[in-house]
Amino acid sequence: MSIFIDNDTKLVVQGITGRDGSFHTLQMMEYGTKIVAGVTPGKGGQTFAGPDGETVPIFNAMDEAVTQTGANTSVIYVPPAFAAGAILEAADSGVALVVVITEGVPVLDMARAHAFARDKGVRVLGPNCPGMISPGQSKVGILPSHIVSEGPIGLVSRSGTLTYEAVFQLTSVGLGQTTCVGIGGDPLIGTNFIDCLEAFEADSETTGVVMLGEIGGTDEQEAAAYVSANMCKPVVGFIAGQTAPPGRRMGHAGAIISGSAGTAEEKMKAFEENGIAVAKRPADLAGLIQDALN
Amino acid sequence: MDIHEYQAKALFRAAGIAVPPGEIATTPEEAETIAAEYGGTVVVKAQVHSGGRGKAGGVKLAKDAAEAKGHATAILGMDIKGLTVEKVLVTPAEDIDTEAYVGVLVDRKKQAATFMVSAEGGVDIEHVAAETPALIRKLTVDPRYGILPHQAFWLANFLYDDPSLVKQTSKMITQLYDAFVNSGASMAEINPLITTSAGEVKAIDAKMSIDDSELFRRPEVEAMRDTSSEPASEIKARAAGLSYVKLDGDVGCCVNGAGLAMATMDLVKYYGGEPANFLDIGGSSNPEKVVAALEIITSDANVKAILFNIFGGITRCDDVARGIVEATGHLDVRLPIVIRLTGTNEELALEILAQAGFPAYMSMDAVVEKAVELAAGGA
Repeated sequence: MSIFIDNDTKLVVQGITGRDGSFHTLQMMEYGTKIVAGVTPGKGGQTFAGPDGETVPIFNAMDEAVTQTGANTSVIYVPPAFAAGAILEAADSGVALVVVITEGVPVLDMARAHAFARDKGVRVLGPNCPGMISPGQSKVGILPSHIVSEGPIGLVSRSGTLTYEAVFQLTSVGLGQTTCVGIGGDPLIGTNFIDCLEAFEADSETTGVVMLGEIGGTDEQEAAAYVSANMCKPVVGFIAGQTAPPGRRMGHAGAIISGSAGTAEEKMKAFEENGIAVAKRPADLAGLIQDALN
Repeated sequence: MDIHEYQAKALFRAAGIAVPPGEIATTPEEAETIAAEYGGTVVVKAQVHSGGRGKAGGVKLAKDAAEAKGHATAILGMDIKGLTVEKVLVTPAEDIDTEAYVGVLVDRKKQAATFMVSAEGGVDIEHVAAETPALIRKLTVDPRYGILPHQAFWLANFLYDDPSLVKQTSKMITQLYDAFVNSGASMAEINPLITTSAGEVKAIDAKMSIDDSELFRRPEVEAMRDTSSEPASEIKARAAGLSYVKLDGDVGCCVNGAGLAMATMDLVKYYGGEPANFLDIGGSSNPEKVVAALEIITSDANVKAILFNIFGGITRCDDVARGIVEATGHLDVRLPIVIRLTGTNEELALEILAQAGFPAYMSMDAVVEKAVELAAGGA
């Protein structure tokens, strides 16, 4: 099992002919993701050539792509200026899940897009996220697939490369994953820690969860409270940004300590108070989750 | 991006908000001239990206032009929370009857712009929110409709009883929302919003932060960027498309991805060192970015060792390796460099580095420990 994506995921790639879109479409196809359609306005009727000679039809609009191929998930690689529009179009097309890789989408655009998607009952992951991967089944996004392996651990993170580091650590001690989810580093994200924790708790194959947070906002604190109130499965965590100065944006638009709120210290404290073992460094994560499982 | 009070006021005026006039002076003489033009009492206000200007002595009332010149002399060049005052705003003093607070910001939890208003103006709103939350009224705006007339009225009605003041304030709240949206702001604040004894409502202070992701489509707002308080290295990094924050330590860090970059800084500290910077070279693996990153790190005189931590997902390790070799080829880097590269094309990358004589590490802990040791003067 897994959460959000699996063997039944039928993916449409929005921005399939772009530089990032085409590169990652090939990578996803190589991993075995079922890509049924691509969308690039003005290029409808063309086809995208997959790694083994298979072809993916390209459509001008999401509505055509979904109607004709039965796609149930979309992934967005379009530039920031057009990303919110692409989300609205996807949410209106009938897919149940929209994964937004694009970084630098204006926050007020996202406020509108999230409100619209919520009303339609469509799950948005991101923006500014690496997507997710359910090892052995499907990959939607940009996570490097060679570091993952099948197994019982669920992983949820606000970061991209830090996720890779943690997955790499897990895999190297033989702990595979059900699903690895990067929820994104932006201030307004569609799927948060709690959504993922709830799904992992309900997933029959996940036995423990690794949660990677960072400075900014209070999502980690709320997630910690959720864990102690609602979860039976063990959760271990890490918080990045212990050395970050207040008031400065640390790369991610959402990674900023404002006033006294959002510090690594308060998040680590919230984790510990709610029974979530905190790793002092990424290399300790695998050991902690092993201990928690035993 | 933060903008100055006088810039926020210009955006407020453009939206129709009642803001008293004001002009910028960079010398005491200019302040004197402006004060003389206005006549009467003026306020001389330091323009820096920091709160607490009044407490720091950066806001002064002047009875006449001579006194304005004197205050400007004291305030210009003053240090407020580490920032040097280079400009003052000279504005006519207002006859203040009451002071209120009106602000709007993006609420992460509600995922939308949220207004906060309070009759307790002129003080720190976070303090009011913590101590006396009943004195604040909040309203989340549906981004699809914008603020509706009855909502603006509901907020204004919380501040005043007088129908004329409520009417003026309702209008101003709507205008503030327009200014907020049209400038791509993440925060816009009027503190204080005053009423005068003549029954007028005016915004006598203005504060705004702009969402960095909006700037590509708002050149007029981007033009308000004040780089005078930023280190040259941060300006250069922005031009190169790198995300960089200068810190005070001696281990220069070059990492791909913001989360891993923060975790790397934390690990430097864990092993007893101090990071010199946050630097995310981003997802794309353009060798030119690596060159720019090395130039920026080496321009910081505090740096004693340079650490690369690259986890190649999208970033191709061989491109980064080529960038390091190329950069050190023409930069004459005299500092020790230690490198950890793993992920896409790592074998190729390690080959390139080995040929150029760079030691490469496979684990993040090993490379960070080594960098800290080198920065401390070890071999």
